[in-house]
Amino acid sequence: MAERYSALALARHALTGAPWERAWRAAQPRPSYDVIVIGGGGHGLATAYYLAKNHGITNVAVIEKSYIGSGNVGRNTTLIRSNYQMPGNTELFEHSLKLWEGLSHELNYNVMVSQRGQIVLGHSPSQMDVLARKGNTMLLNGIDSELLDRGDLMKLLPYLDYSPNCRFPIYGGIIQRRAGTVRHDAVAWGYARGADQLGVDIIENCEVTGFVRDGDRVVGVETTRGRIHAERTAISVAGHSSTVAKLAGLRLPVEAHLLQAFVTEPIKPFVDHVISFGAELFYISQSDKGGLVFGGHIDGFNTYTQRGQLPKIQTVAECAVALIPSISRLRLLRHWAGLQDMTPDGSPFIGRTPLRNLYLNAGWCYQGFKATPATGWCLAHTIAHDDEHPYVRHLSLDRFERGKIYDEYGLGQWTYRQ
Amino acid sequence: MSGPGPYRLPAGGRIDRTRPLAFTLEGRQLGGYAGDTLASALLGNGLTLAGRSFKYHRPRGFIAAGVEEPNGLFTLGSGGRATPNVPGTVVELFDGLVAARQNGSPSVDFDVMAVNSLLAPVLGAGFYYKTFMGPRRGSWMFYEPFIRRAAGLGRALHIADPDRYETRHAYADVLVVGAGPAGLAAACAAGRGGARVVLVDQDSEAGGSQLGEAADGPEEAWRRERLAELAAMPGVELLLRTTAFGLYDGNTVGLIERRDAHQPDPARGEAREVLITLRAKAIVFATGAIERPLVFGDNDRPGVVLAGAAQTYLERYAVALGRQAVVATNNDRAWYSALSLAEKGVGVTVVEQRATVDSQLLARAESARVAVLLGSRPLYAIGARQVEAVVVEAAGKELRLGCDVLGSSAGWAPVVHLSSHTGIRPVYRADIDAFVPGGHAATHCSAGAANGSLSGWDAVTEGHEAGLRAARIAGHEPGTRTAVLPDSPARTYAFETARIPELPRRGKAFVDFQGDVTLKDVHGAHQEGYVSVEHLKRYTTLGMGTDQGKTSNVNAVGVMASLRHLSVPEAGTTTFRPPYTPITVGALAGRSVGHHFRPIRRSPLHDWHVANGATMIEAGPWLRAWWYAWAGSTIEKAYVEEMRHVRSAVGIADVSTLGKIDVQGPDAAEFLNRVYVNGFAKLPVGKARYGVMLNDDATVLDDGTTARFDDTRYFMTTTTAQAAEVMSHLEFLLQTAWPELDVAVTSLTDQWAGMSVAGPRSRQALELALPGHDFTDAALPHMGCRQIEVDGIPLRVLRLSFSGELAYELYAPADYGIALWTRLLGSAAPLGIRPYGLESLASLRIEKGHAAGLELDHRTTLDDLGLGKMASREKAFVGRELRLRPALQDPERWSLVGLECLESGKRLRGGSILFAAVEPQKGHGRGYITSVTWSVELQKYIALGLYDGGLKNVGQEVVCAFPLKGEQVRARVVSPVFLDAKGERLHV
Amino acid sequence: MLRIPCPHCGERDFTEFRYAGDASKVRPAHGTDDLQAWHDHVYLFDNPKGPHREYWQHVLGCRQWLVLERDTATNTVIGSRLARDRVRA
Repeated sequence: MAERYSALALARHALTGAPWERAWRAAQPRPSYDVIVIGGGGHGLATAYYLAKNHGITNVAVIEKSYIGSGNVGRNTTLIRSNYQMPGNTELFEHSLKLWEGLSHELNYNVMVSQRGQIVLGHSPSQMDVLARKGNTMLLNGIDSELLDRGDLMKLLPYLDYSPNCRFPIYGGIIQRRAGTVRHDAVAWGYARGADQLGVDIIENCEVTGFVRDGDRVVGVETTRGRIHAERTAISVAGHSSTVAKLAGLRLPVEAHLLQAFVTEPIKPFVDHVISFGAELFYISQSDKGGLVFGGHIDGFNTYTQRGQLPKIQTVAECAVALIPSISRLRLLRHWAGLQDMTPDGSPFIGRTPLRNLYLNAGWCYQGFKATPATGWCLAHTIAHDDEHPYVRHLSLDRFERGKIYDEYGLGQWTYRQ
Repeated sequence: MSGPGPYRLPAGGRIDRTRPLAFTLEGRQLGGYAGDTLASALLGNGLTLAGRSFKYHRPRGFIAAGVEEPNGLFTLGSGGRATPNVPGTVVELFDGLVAARQNGSPSVDFDVMAVNSLLAPVLGAGFYYKTFMGPRRGSWMFYEPFIRRAAGLGRALHIADPDRYETRHAYADVLVVGAGPAGLAAACAAGRGGARVVLVDQDSEAGGSQLGEAADGPEEAWRRERLAELAAMPGVELLLRTTAFGLYDGNTVGLIERRDAHQPDPARGEAREVLITLRAKAIVFATGAIERPLVFGDNDRPGVVLAGAAQTYLERYAVALGRQAVVATNNDRAWYSALSLAEKGVGVTVVEQRATVDSQLLARAESARVAVLLGSRPLYAIGARQVEAVVVEAAGKELRLGCDVLGSSAGWAPVVHLSSHTGIRPVYRADIDAFVPGGHAATHCSAGAANGSLSGWDAVTEGHEAGLRAARIAGHEPGTRTAVLPDSPARTYAFETARIPELPRRGKAFVDFQGDVTLKDVHGAHQEGYVSVEHLKRYTTLGMGTDQGKTSNVNAVGVMASLRHLSVPEAGTTTFRPPYTPITVGALAGRSVGHHFRPIRRSPLHDWHVANGATMIEAGPWLRAWWYAWAGSTIEKAYVEEMRHVRSAVGIADVSTLGKIDVQGPDAAEFLNRVYVNGFAKLPVGKARYGVMLNDDATVLDDGTTARFDDTRYFMTTTTAQAAEVMSHLEFLLQTAWPELDVAVTSLTDQWAGMSVAGPRSRQALELALPGHDFTDAALPHMGCRQIEVDGIPLRVLRLSFSGELAYELYAPADYGIALWTRLLGSAAPLGIRPYGLESLASLRIEKGHAAGLELDHRTTLDDLGLGKMASREKAFVGRELRLRPALQDPERWSLVGLECLESGKRLRGGSILFAAVEPQKGHGRGYITSVTWSVELQKYIALGLYDGGLKNVGQEVVCAFPLKGEQVRARVVSPVFLDAKGERLHV
Repeated sequence: MLRIPCPHCGERDFTEFRYAGDASKVRPAHGTDDLQAWHDHVYLFDNPKGPHREYWQHVLGCRQWLVLERDTATNTVIGSRLARDRVRA
């Protein structure tokens, strides 16, 4: 039995100087597994964890081409929220938020779930109507939401720009108090440790190079560390979904796009909530370490470079100053980029594929991180039952053929403009 | 020279002793000289305590003299100009500078939080992942505020920045980054070859490492010659105080030029910083190298510095950091630092890891009375607020060496950040135990220390060659001249890889100073399996500080590699991410702040609206007249009065923001017939038609009216929001899908002012304003259009209606818009014509059931809007096929309905969720309200919405739930056309 | 800064252009009533990591639609031509 983390354990180690055990084993690939999850990101690790925890399927390998958490789980802006209005999404993201709320306890790993509240601002009467629809839907589904008028905001967030000089005045907003931030890297590590303790093999530095097929059935993968057989295989490799799916002969409704994120130098508490600008896509919060973490729109064209474009950095800085003028003097410490699977309607795909025993989790656009626990939960269910979990049934890969466009934000069919 | 160091030497250095400067530190008045940095001035005043460390609040001094400084961070200025976390080593001193140290509680000199040091065994790397989880779920919310207050470095204030920032664009043949010996040589070589050269350096002076050499030596002569040569070349621009912070695609480099050494005066248009986006044909990276510290016990005590920094403070700023120095090293370069100290009268002992050293160096040390311990290394430092001694291991024995300054050097790490931003990973060179550029793009080269060339005059010869090459890449023929070398003996850089540090017997051995990450933390991360370099960084926070690990990354990789029994390259490198040093957010935003955040589009009639009582509103990029004061004192009163006026008399509204597209050509009819769902092939000249366009996926792209003015010429209007979208869509189809169609499209949005004259008296208004033209129903029937000329000005008149009343759209060339507008208002004054704004415009159309705004949200289909019947069955159109997908034809889709409020005294609200009257109000409902208005016609609130099954439900009662306000209102589903269903008002 | 060579205007910053996705797909002829063909055209992408032909419009320049060939792994521009020319070719 692995050692539990606690204040007491910390004190014991401090006094005795005894080393801690590895958070997860450095597993070597075995010839065959019940389930292989390709991709050691938050989603893949969560899937493995819930396969073992909820379904008793412990003969599982997570295969990661680099180190675990090297993709978007370690590159995002750490936000969690469940302010969704479309049937299916509401349930899925609220399930996720509920899992987040108990995740540190569940995993015995402090992922620092900070429910500091997320505020979305409205800058016109019609934008307030859009927010009201969302907030009303949330309340009617048992999810917290409150309407804030300009006066409320001036009290709650006195440092926003309410001056007459402001280009897009703030009319009001909605707040979800249960929304907030999570220490993103810790999510990967916590799930890895949890899955490992349940018997899952986490295999780093192992790249999938092909699929082993038996007719229309996938029965394993070829990797840089040899062939590994599996009863069932799941792809969970955001950013590279098309590339990996292509190895199985699948063509996806996905374009890879680049999203940048930014952090300033660490400062004492400055922004206590998560704030989403309404005039353009921009969101900001402050990490526990003190850096202001923010992000904006995708760079806008298909790329795998993971290098952002300078004008887009300027755009995001402009939004930051437009929202919070006092940010101007602070300094940007780092900016980085992650690859996003952008889909034609802004919604992901979770479920079975045209190939038997192959499951896909892809196309998360901007929203993958917050969905991590629920995605793992639902994908594990889908794999275990060879049938989609009810929360993800609307996210099928063939929905466009049927005309089931699932556009939460009303962004249209253009992956590159979402 | 009395008392302990540091102290200012009576002579020497590069400071200007004729220009003394006064500054304050936490209210204390201090002095320095022009040419000082804040750090050198403080040290010159004998102040060594530069701050407190992040986690353990240990006293810290400066360890460096440049951008790599991890410890000495200050808050500069006050009020809106307060700037936290600035390394004192890069702050040029100026008269009146106000500075404060950070992270001391209550003060840096007396910090009670230093008690954290006692808790260090508990507070090891990642401790917070293992605790603060109880007793309940959500307990983190209790702990987090304490953590947040303890974390963070300086404090930022919520006061707007009074300064301004500029951005500019620049182009160069050759960009040389770094004006040290390599950069100077490169710029000279490229410049001589005729290239347009931009040479940038982050320092206030050019010279790089040479600024740390004697200010009167032969190197100095060489530096001055090169600067004079560059100054004489008109094509060479030298930008000092300018940091190349990032290299981006397309050979674009982001530069920040700092002009804030003295407070800028924004009133005079002075900028504090300028962001330069520079595109270069070729780039020379001459970015130098940063010294690595040795890792040993309590290596963070004030007085323990980088060996090169001790030399720089001495030679550049004439500040001796102490009287008795120990220089601990593994490489020749630190010996030159030791010699420099000794020459200035500091007692020096060299603690050298190597067993043998170049005999000439040994001889020079001996003659300078430098004591030498070969085969030795430091174990731990002694002292609390200031280093007092160091215990070293020499020849198997431990020795205590008294000292008040301890310079350490584990070698030099090339600055490969910029050249790595392209994604080319640096590679490891074992002979210097350092990472060098792993290759270059075809238009890039590195030179000097940045390239790992640390000995002799390699920097100069390499820089020269790089400059020639860069000039050639940029298309110049620079010839084959050879480099001019300084007239002094070349220095060696013999080196032995530093021993992997062991956990110290005493004290804490810091790997990352700013993050308070110790060697023990690195070992801990290894034990717990956080062994990849990125895991190490993220788990321990190593290299994540404002210094980005400039002094810690290479040491950490070395330790981890050894713990994993791997070679350094096998263990991996860190990813270098821009910016190289922190950059001001305001500089990135430049002038796009305040109301300049985004450009404002104004109608040609804008000034009239503002002058005549309009309240304006942002509508996308536009500012539009929202409502007018004539109609009421609040928007609620005014829009209703404006509506009433249009319905009963005549109003005029500015519709110049509508997209206007000229469609011309022999195939124009065919083209329009393809892009609109309804037929346009047979639209006669002199008529206009309402049309809807779909996207390929069958969602509605836009709607609008297109008028045919002659055989091959059409005038299309689009919604304000979609104008640019539609224009691109048409161009896309013509250029990529149907190039065989002979059609030209041109945007006329800015060329024509548009105004809508609406109301039962609108025809009379036109007749009064434009006499001599026939506006009778026979001459200009509903949906008729005509071009007329008034006083020589061409006007376009379209009889069409958005409000449901008799109405006309008039278009005049933009410059004549105001003339037409005022003429209509003036001539039709007897009819009571009044302007009406966007709110009533949008409300009038709700009464008439026209979909707009939130009904056209990229999700709705033609059928959802009740317009399915418009789709032609006779012809193909964009979106036809995908419109037929089963889910889009589902009769249960939410589609457009009208809603009438059934409860007087209550109002409907946009964003309400709709439920059938008898069902529980839970879940997602059956639809929602998109648009609401008070109906002057019906004297009640009415709305448009999307509802499950749409018009099948006409007559049913629904509940409009708005739980955000705790409201529920009953309403009835009705046709969205609330008035004049037969359109009789249009045909008068 | 991605720099795009416009056949009319020369090399310009990508911010002058708008991107519109994969240009290697052939749009079904106007009036084609094959639902699957339209579905595949609108919804499926090769999304290669490597050379990619894609549409860009020089909206702040000559307003011409171009087909740019670019390596998505490096953003290296391989070439460009007017979409009109490609269609005619």
